[in-house]
Amino acid sequence: MNPYKKAMFTGAALLLSLVLVLSGCSGNNANQKANGGATTTPTEAATEGTATDEPAKLPRVAFVYIGPPGDGGWTFEHDKGRLYMEEKLGIKADTVENVPESADAERIITELAQNHDVIFTTSFGYMDYTLNVAKKFPNVKFLHTAGYKTNDNMGTFFGKNYDASYLSGIAAGKVTKKNVIGYVGAFPIPEVIYNINAFALGVQSVNPEAKVSVVWTNTWYDPTTERQAAVSLLDKGADVLLAYQDSPATLQAAAERGAMAGGNDSDMTRFAPEAYLTNPIWNWGPYYTKTVQDIIDGTWKSEQYSGSLADGMVDIAPIGPSVPEDVKTLVTDTKAKLINGELNVFTGPITDASGAVKVEEGKTLTLDDILVMDWFVKGVEGTIPK
Amino acid sequence: MEIVYQMLLAAISSGTPLLFATLGGILIERSGIIQLGAEGLMLMGAVTACLTYLQTGSLGITLLAVCGISILLGGIHAFLSVSLRANQIVCGLAMTLFGAGLSAYLGKPVSGLPVPRAVPKVDMPWLENVPFIGRIFAHLDLLTWFSFVLVIALHLFIHRTSWGLHLRAIGDNPATADVMGIRVQAFRYGYIIVGSILIGLAGADLLLVYSPTWTEGMTTGRGWIAVALVIFARWNPIRALFCAYFFGALDMLGFRIQLIGSDIPSYFLKMIPYVVTILVLMFLGWRNRNKPSGSPESLGIPYIREQRF
Repeated sequence: MNPYKKAMFTGAALLLSLVLVLSGCSGNNANQKANGGATTTPTEAATEGTATDEPAKLPRVAFVYIGPPGDGGWTFEHDKGRLYMEEKLGIKADTVENVPESADAERIITELAQNHDVIFTTSFGYMDYTLNVAKKFPNVKFLHTAGYKTNDNMGTFFGKNYDASYLSGIAAGKVTKKNVIGYVGAFPIPEVIYNINAFALGVQSVNPEAKVSVVWTNTWYDPTTERQAAVSLLDKGADVLLAYQDSPATLQAAAERGAMAGGNDSDMTRFAPEAYLTNPIWNWGPYYTKTVQDIIDGTWKSEQYSGSLADGMVDIAPIGPSVPEDVKTLVTDTKAKLINGELNVFTGPITDASGAVKVEEGKTLTLDDILVMDWFVKGVEGTIPK
Repeated sequence: MEIVYQMLLAAISSGTPLLFATLGGILIERSGIIQLGAEGLMLMGAVTACLTYLQTGSLGITLLAVCGISILLGGIHAFLSVSLRANQIVCGLAMTLFGAGLSAYLGKPVSGLPVPRAVPKVDMPWLENVPFIGRIFAHLDLLTWFSFVLVIALHLFIHRTSWGLHLRAIGDNPATADVMGIRVQAFRYGYIIVGSILIGLAGADLLLVYSPTWTEGMTTGRGWIAVALVIFARWNPIRALFCAYFFGALDMLGFRIQLIGSDIPSYFLKMIPYVVTILVLMFLGWRNRNKPSGSPESLGIPYIREQRF
């Protein structure tokens, strides 16, 4: 072997192992690489403002998205909310999509802060980056989804989607025949855990025999991985699946195998009508509109807004066409009870997977307790990494 | 038994894209050209398949379009590495980055859209009567069957035909091949292009069969695994089949271990295919330390007539 070739080989081997290690560290790696050149659409807010006959200067609004608006779930709904707000207020907002939850996010938010007045950062992982930028730009208002850190010019917004998860659980518990229900979870964080628990409690309220199996994908949006997770649950014998993920991949996988399924965030009927169960959905439009209007009026204050079934930020998608009518009625009735406070998802007695009593009879978990939940209720099969 | 059957099926379905890419890589590297652009070629194959299938709804046109793009990209790779004699490692990396970026740009309008089932399944219910093995082969899709045929065809081609002998000669000792009257440069062009088509098909298979939704960077490292598989398989198509399915199984293993209820954090389970890649490379390197690696002798060396090294 001549030395030239040997050196080449060593180089190739080193490079290859480096790339493998890198892609092993983060499933999103390829995404991020490709997204290095995420660009903003040109600002039209200013020209729009002068074009309308309204004399008041409209705020320049920007949105930061974790995925593409075409994901059919999470980002799709945020984009729908943006369009709703644009129409109501006559504002043209800018969007940046596919922004990874890494230092890149801080760079992009900083760039946006230099020529915008209101910035919505729509993923949990942007929390610290949003806060850092908020401290540097006190005149810009920041609204962050699902986080818990705030500042004078940074508020948060999310909703009590566990109510809708409970309702999906009722539908799932009713339609399962094998009493094996699968759940594809994104990350083992409280937001996902309390939704799985609410879902399982909903299942058990109508079908105490059914068990909920959970697998973690460790990604919000990666249809290939989501599908693999769904297939592994189907192979285990699940005949109903739900996914706390951004894409409809789980629903598509279930449809191919004749199982029923739901996703999250958005009405996914169109992806597989016959196999569609239902799932929690978001409706951000009215909140975006009100927030931007408050900022225009000067009445906006930093707060931790939490929407609910009652104000419509949280809802449940129309139940799939192949689900029996009595299930639909039951879900609608239960939804009314959750809205008027007659029923509460996390009211005891609730025991965890090991059998220890977590919520005593007659007691109800407070929102603060729910937001730090790190245990599974009885009937959920899966592990939460400590 | 049921679980073994499911694992085998899962291994085949997630191993088939790897198999196509590995076979393409073998063909290219056998001709003496290092192939590191698989990730980019696969992404371009996938995005082309998605765009054409959603537009036309015809599998034939889709596969033709994928071939077309792959010929174009393979042609660029060949021009750079054969005619211009550019460093093949840099060339391959450039193909990967170029493919990732361009596919992300082209795929923007179809990102997240579901692609209807495009590749028909070859249903052979009578096969189910054959115990165990029969059930696996009874309902595979067309592209998977094509990959089986391809493995055997390539094996016969490389080891049993005079064309295959020429191919090996070009890869091992292009000067001698040149003296024998084989047109080294032209054949290298040809094999790079044909190999690129196979890698493009790997991307198309990933999108049309395995995960029917275009997502930016949807290969998530599969192209790189295929690069490693070429080495594991020691440039042999039959071994490539087993290596690809082995890694396909690893890919699916993480979720199954989670479902057994193990306490291993899911983050570690997700690393399995990549960690095993490194471990197998180390193991093979150690086991074969005194043997020839099976690598074409002139891999990575541009051939220039009458030049001495």
